[in-house]
Amino acid sequence: MESEARSPLQHKTRDRVLTLLSVGALFAFLWYADHHFSPYSIRILNNIAIFIILAVSYNLINGVTGQFSLEPNAFVAVGAYTSALLTLSPEEKIRSFIIEPIVWPLSEISVSFPVSLLCAGLLTALMALLMSIPVFRVRGDYLAIVTLGFGEVIQVVANNLVSITNGPLGLKGLHPHTTLWWSWGFCVLTVFSVVRLVRSSYGRAMQAVREDETAAQAMGINAFRTKTLAFTFSAFFEGVAGGLLAHLITTISPSLFTFFLTFHLLIIIVVGGLGSTTGVVVAAALFTWGGEFLRIVEEPTTIFGYYYEGIPGMRMVILSLLLIVVMLFARRGLMGGKEFSWQALIDWTGRLIALAKRCV
Amino acid sequence: MVRIIVAALMTASLAMSSVWAADPIRVGAYLPMTGNVAAYGQMGWSGITVAREMKPTVLGRPVELKLVDTKSDKVESANAVSRLIEREKVIALIGEMISGNTIAGSDHAERRGIPMVSPTATNPIVTQNKKYIFRVCFIDYDQGRVAAKLAREKLKANTAALIYDISQDYCVGLASFFKKEFLQEGGKIVAETMFKSGDRDFTPQLSSIQAAKPDIIYAPIYYTECALIARQAREMGLDVPILSGDGVQAPELLALGGDAVNDVYFTAHFHKAMIETDLGRQFLARFEKETGKPLDAFSAMGADAYFLLVDAIERAGSPDPAKIRNALVNTKDFPGVTGKISLKEDGNPIKAMVINQVKDGQFEYVTTIHP
Amino acid sequence: MDISFATQQLVFGFTLGCFYGLIAIGYTMVYGVLRLINFAHGDLLMVSAYFAFFGIIIFELPWQISFLLAVALTGVLGILIDRGAYRPLRHSPRISALITAIGISFLLENLALVIVGGRPKSFPLPSLFGGVIKIAGVTIPVLSVWVFFITALLLAAVMYIVRRTRVGMAMRALSLDMETVGLMGVDANRVISFTFVLGSVLAAAGGMMWSMKYPAVEPFMGVLPGLKAFVAAVLGGIGNVAGAALGGFILGVAEILIVAVKPEWSGYRDAIAFCILIVILLTRPRGIMGEELPD
Repeated sequence: MESEARSPLQHKTRDRVLTLLSVGALFAFLWYADHHFSPYSIRILNNIAIFIILAVSYNLINGVTGQFSLEPNAFVAVGAYTSALLTLSPEEKIRSFIIEPIVWPLSEISVSFPVSLLCAGLLTALMALLMSIPVFRVRGDYLAIVTLGFGEVIQVVANNLVSITNGPLGLKGLHPHTTLWWSWGFCVLTVFSVVRLVRSSYGRAMQAVREDETAAQAMGINAFRTKTLAFTFSAFFEGVAGGLLAHLITTISPSLFTFFLTFHLLIIIVVGGLGSTTGVVVAAALFTWGGEFLRIVEEPTTIFGYYYEGIPGMRMVILSLLLIVVMLFARRGLMGGKEFSWQALIDWTGRLIALAKRCV
Repeated sequence: MVRIIVAALMTASLAMSSVWAADPIRVGAYLPMTGNVAAYGQMGWSGITVAREMKPTVLGRPVELKLVDTKSDKVESANAVSRLIEREKVIALIGEMISGNTIAGSDHAERRGIPMVSPTATNPIVTQNKKYIFRVCFIDYDQGRVAAKLAREKLKANTAALIYDISQDYCVGLASFFKKEFLQEGGKIVAETMFKSGDRDFTPQLSSIQAAKPDIIYAPIYYTECALIARQAREMGLDVPILSGDGVQAPELLALGGDAVNDVYFTAHFHKAMIETDLGRQFLARFEKETGKPLDAFSAMGADAYFLLVDAIERAGSPDPAKIRNALVNTKDFPGVTGKISLKEDGNPIKAMVINQVKDGQFEYVTTIHP
Repeated sequence: MDISFATQQLVFGFTLGCFYGLIAIGYTMVYGVLRLINFAHGDLLMVSAYFAFFGIIIFELPWQISFLLAVALTGVLGILIDRGAYRPLRHSPRISALITAIGISFLLENLALVIVGGRPKSFPLPSLFGGVIKIAGVTIPVLSVWVFFITALLLAAVMYIVRRTRVGMAMRALSLDMETVGLMGVDANRVISFTFVLGSVLAAAGGMMWSMKYPAVEPFMGVLPGLKAFVAAVLGGIGNVAGAALGGFILGVAEILIVAVKPEWSGYRDAIAFCILIVILLTRPRGIMGEELPD
């Protein structure tokens, strides 16, 4: 093969250029979408970016490190509340806190959107760090049940701490700060950081822990620290995504962050192929976009004059069946743990061209 | 042969649909057809569809209803509104049945300038600072106040205990408005307990209420929990009257509660015994004939949202959302199913309130109050 | 707080604790043998309640027969779930089976939603279980007495099976080393199927008593008791049957007592289980009666 003749260094430069070019193309497309697409399509594009952030970071702990965790709904809630409370104007806070007035420092604070996102990420990461201590002390499945319980607790706390969260009334009147630039900017940043992390020695340690924890420890890898790093890292981005989500839908309340959100992400990372960032990105985009179309099965529609009632709940039946079927018969998912690389793409196109030539 | 029939059928259906598609006026409905308050959505929708059959056209054009299920969920509600406006191109909206979902859905409608009428979202925040959001029901400030007055004056209660769902904005709001008014009227709150949606065991909460010996229990909650609370309270010998809000008026309260819910009082939107308009009488007859069920409050409120909206479109003289909005604001003494409705500039109606009571497994009308 | 108030709360706490315990036993058995958190366990409770409800209301069967049929059908469903969803994954990474378990749980809930709708149904209460007994100012619902005795009976039966029978010995052996036991000529799949039947039957028994006590049958009724029962199983020492029952009792009594004594905290009730879980993980990850660290 001709590519073998080139040095790895040249490949690196070439890949870098190609990556930069494609990111440039993405942003050119976003610029076009921003000016020409309907608000509904822009909303879906924003959703796609946020779900890519969530799925890629969720995949880091579940897929790459192999620790079954059910935390996203809790961490997204923490991030959403943190960033919303920081950006809301003092007037809006006075207006919507009709049960109990908001507590002092929060009633005056109003910071810019990026600062609030950073705070959201940091606070969520801190929570993950604190949770790691009891959870990763024991091996096995406790992480799943603790994170599941934590999701419940976040809702209980958000409902009860009325003077901070406004209880079940939630926070409303957020400024729709989340534009395509913010959501996709963070999306690119997340994917870039996670890919870099996975390729680093820390990332290899994570994979080693997933494959065989005992062996990894025997090789001198500190499993506790590796797992904590993965969990904290993904928590940071989940918190940021929560902030983006809050400023996209502009109204948040405790019941937004139910286990359903986590379930949705779980399907995405399973279908994408546990551990494959590429697969997860593709699956997140497909599902967020396709999820809108799946609604059709639940809505009354008229097909050729025949009235079809629509079956409520059908969408979730299809999704859960899909999850089970993928786990049973196609456990490797879309990408089967493989990653996208420019080399693979080039080889593949080359083969395709060769095939086409032969056919002609 | 088959192909010809299929072709003929397709042409026929296309022709049919093009008659109907002769510029229909599209109205979107976003309702909780599934999820924990599905009963409200299903009842509201049957009221809306019967109302549409009674008044299928406006401005000489058919009204086309588009329904989206919100699954009793806030994100789904926001999505539903955005979908109805941008994909289905509706010019007005009916929904949601509960406050939290209406608040979530209203942001988008407000921004796009699409008028919305909610049948039963009672929380004050729903219409606050919104130009395009209306409702045909009273608000919880008034509901809490009337309940407190009822407790003090009719039920002669000096002390009250509260039990409510901490995870529902409706319940938390109503409890706090009741509390304020009850204290102002010289009453005393001797116990305040909470629970969370999904909880099924209320025995410790009820025990602490029993120990406080209140004259009444105020339980501004939804039907499932109210039925279970009444059962558990009666079982442990806690026999004081239970006072509740409009959320309990569903057949499930009677089915799940059995004998235990007898004598539950509640503030409500409607009872068919209080119908006083012609539209109300016609609707009652038609509804009960078509569905075979007694007319309930949520169907009646759904119908009123529809009738009021269609009336406003008529008066606006065009399907332009901004004009419909102005017509809605100027609604004066509209003779709806549930009584005469006038809308104020803030989107809230001036309307009478009903007190109902459960008796022998039925909802009985007690009295009407003009707050 | 006077004595009768305290006794009353203990009665309520014990009733709730029996439910948690009964559900926790099923969880702990499956976990003990397969090292799998069967997230669908709570949903089996819901399914059994619907079976019994349909038997009585739609097919108008006597309640005794409906209850027995519901228990049997739930047992069959347990086997089917194991055969269809868990067995093919027995030699895959554990995370696969866990994800599938969550899928099954969502599938059961949403199938129920599609088939019967989301509005709660009223579960009938046979007169045998109705009424209350009053002793010295303490109210004891007759149903609570039944719940207590049925839980005790089932616990004794399960402990007998696990400790004294051949199949129980095989279950204990499997939990230690599945492959070796397979080599020793034990049909591991049959033993696991049996474990699932036993667990499902317990869930079904719990489901019917739960529905009589809290007669609102709806598709998501199993979620919260399922989650709490799992915490009870961890509290008692996961894999340990008696520990699960004990954990259930402790959790039930703790929930009731905290709310009864501090009603202003009642909004935080559902967080109690979680706090207990964190404290156990920090202090005694094996649980109260657990012997070995699960890995």
